[in-house]
Amino acid sequence: MQRALSIDPGKCTGCLQCELACSFEHTGLFNPSRSVIRVFTFHEEGRFVPYTCTQCAEAWCLQACPVDAIAINAATGAKEINEATCVGCKVCTIACPFGTVNYSQATGKVVKCDLCGGDPQCAEACPTQAITFVDADQTGLERMRHWAVKTDAAAHA
Amino acid sequence: MHFLVAGGGPAGVTACETLRRLDPAAEITLLCGEPGEPYGRMAIPYYLIGNIDAEGTRLRKRHGYWEGLGIPLRHDRIASLVPDRDQVILEGGERLDFDRLLIATGAHPVSPPIPGIDLPGVVHCWTLEDAHAIAERADEGSKVVLMGAGFIGCIILESLVKRGVRLSVIEQGPRMVPRMLDEVAGGMLQAHCESQGVRVLTGTRAESIAESGGRLAVATSQGEIPADLVIVATGVRSNTGFLDGSGVDCDQGVLVDEHLESSRAGVFAAGDVAQGPDLLGGNRQVHAIQPTAVEHGRIAALNMAGQGARYPGSLNMNILDTLGLVSVSFGNWEGGGEHQTLSLDSRDAGRYLKLVFDDQDRLRGAIAVGHTEKVGILRGLIQSRRPLRGWRERLQRDPTRIAEAYVGAIEASA
Ligand SMILES: Cc1cc2nc3c(=O)[nH]c(=O)nc-3n(C[C@H](O)[C@H](O)[C@H](O)COP(=O)(O)OP(=O)(O)OC[C@H]3O[C@@H](n4cnc5c(N)ncnc54)[C@H](O)[C@@H]3O)c2cc1C
Ligand code: SF4
Repeated sequence: MQRALSIDPGKCTGCLQCELACSFEHTGLFNPSRSVIRVFTFHEEGRFVPYTCTQCAEAWCLQACPVDAIAINAATGAKEINEATCVGCKVCTIACPFGTVNYSQATGKVVKCDLCGGDPQCAEACPTQAITFVDADQTGLERMRHWAVKTDAAAHA
Repeated sequence: MHFLVAGGGPAGVTACETLRRLDPAAEITLLCGEPGEPYGRMAIPYYLIGNIDAEGTRLRKRHGYWEGLGIPLRHDRIASLVPDRDQVILEGGERLDFDRLLIATGAHPVSPPIPGIDLPGVVHCWTLEDAHAIAERADEGSKVVLMGAGFIGCIILESLVKRGVRLSVIEQGPRMVPRMLDEVAGGMLQAHCESQGVRVLTGTRAESIAESGGRLAVATSQGEIPADLVIVATGVRSNTGFLDGSGVDCDQGVLVDEHLESSRAGVFAAGDVAQGPDLLGGNRQVHAIQPTAVEHGRIAALNMAGQGARYPGSLNMNILDTLGLVSVSFGNWEGGGEHQTLSLDSRDAGRYLKLVFDDQDRLRGAIAVGHTEKVGILRGLIQSRRPLRGWRERLQRDPTRIAEAYVGAIEASA
C-alpha cells in the first residue's frame, strides 16, 4: 500500500517546523523560502493550512514536460523531478493547477514535493500531527480531489 | 485494429502511449516527419545555449523505448488522405490503411512576403535543423536580427543573448508578445530587454532584406539594420495542406469536436494542427502550446480507443523567462465586457499582477510579471471555475493574496 501525506489544518499551530525540515532535507539549509511545503496563514480567522503537492493522479506536470524530466517513483508513487534532465522551461509550473511545482531561481530548475523518498520530513517534524504520512486511502486527499480539475469526463486510463 | 498516428511531436507521442496502455494488442504506427526520434521543439532554446545536446531534446529518453512499446517509428509524411477510403498516401509513395487516424502534424512557420526573405542567412527557428543553422551563425559578437517578438521570438531571445550576439528585435505590433501580454507587461518586458543591451523596435515593419558581400541588411520602417543572421519568427500555420479534398473540414486548423474528432468519422486531430473547443467558450481555437498538445493527444487517444472522453476545452497559457524576467499569462487576460479587472502595478519593483474575474467572481484570465510562486493556481482557478466569493474585497486591496484565496476556498469546500 502506498502512503500519502494527510493534512489536518485544524491541528496546525503555524510553528513552521515542516518548512524548516523540508528546506533542510532538500537544500541542506534551514530556509523556509526554499521549502516545497508551505503553511498558509489566515490572519482573519487565525487559521493555518499546510499545503503541498498531493501527488495527483493526473500528473499534469509530468504530462507537460517536454524533456521527460518528471517520473513516478515506483516505490512511493511520488512524481519526482530529475534535476539533471530538467531544462528549467517552467511549463510544468503553469500546467500544475495546484501551484505546487515552483521554479527555483537558485538552481534554475523546478522543485516539488518528492515525499523525501518515502520518509517525509515535514510529517516527521510536525509536533501536532497536523501532517501525517498514512495509507493512501485514508488521507484527506478527497479535499483536493473534488477540486481536481479534469481534462476529460472519462475515467483515466 | 490499426491506429495510425501522424506526427512525432508531443501530441502524437502522448496519443501513442495512451493507445498502447488502452490496447496492448493493437497495431500502432507513428509517422515522424523529421529525422531521428521524436523530440520536443520546446527544448530548442536550451539546445541553442548548449545546456543539452540533440539527445537531450528527445521527448522520451530511454533507449529502445519505442521498440519496447511495440510501436514502430516510420520516417515519412502523409502526402494525402484518400477521400473515400481509410487510407493515406505517404510522400514516399506507399499507401497505408488505417482504422483510426490521428492528425498530429503540428504547424510550420510562415514568412512575410518581403524581398530577400529567401536569402541564405535568413532562417526560421522551428525545427532542430533550424537550430543547427542558427548555432552555425549566431556567434559571439555577430549581429542578429529577430523578426517578430511573438511568443516563439521571445522564447529564443534569451538563448540568443546568452550566445553573446548583438541582437535587434523588430516587432510589427505595438508591444512585445502582444497576444500574451498587455501594455503594462509588454512594456516591462521591453524595458527589461533594453536594459540588457537588446535593441527592441516595436511598431516597426521589416520591408526587405538585402545581401552584399555575405552581409545582410534589413530595411525597416525605422531605417536599415545590418545583420549576419536574420531569424524569422512571424507566426506559424497549422499543417493541413495534405487534407485538401479529403472530407476533413479545416479552418485555421483541423476543426475538431469535444471528442477531438474531425468532420470525418474515425479521423481525429490533436495539438498545434487542431482547432478545438476553448475552455472559456466561444469559437473553436488553435492553442499552439505544449500543454494543449499533450492533453489533446491523450483525449484523442481515449476516443480513438472508444472510451468516450469529453474534452472541456483548452486554456491558452504561456510562461516566458526573458533574461531573468518571468512573465505568465492565462486565458482571457484582456477582460472587457462584464469582466472585472483587479491589478497591482509594481513596475518599479519589476512586478505586475492582473486578474480578470467574471460577474460571478470566477477567475477568467491573468497576467503576472515577476511572480513565480504558485502561478499554477491561476490555472486551477480558471479551470475549476470556482467562485472566490468573500475574497473580492481582500483581493481588491491586494491581488497577490490570490494563492491564499485559493487555498482558503479549498478549505471552505472541504
Ligand atoms: C523554439 C520553440 C519554443 C517553444 N516553447 C514553448 C514553450 O515554452 N511553451 C509551450 O507551451 N510551447 C512552446 N512551443 C510550442 C510547442 O513546441 C508546440 O506547441 C508543440 O510542439 C506542439 O506539438 P504537436 O505535437 O502538436 O506538434 P509538433 O511538435 O510540431 O510535431 C508535429 C510533428 O508532425 C510532423 N509532420 C508534419 N507534417 C507531417 C505530415 N504531413 N505527415 C506526418 N508527419 C508530419 C512534424 O515533422 C513533427 O514531427 C515552442 C516551440 C518552438 C519552436
Ligand atoms: S521546468 Fe523542468 S521539469 Fe518542468 S516541464 Fe520544464 S524541463 Fe520539465
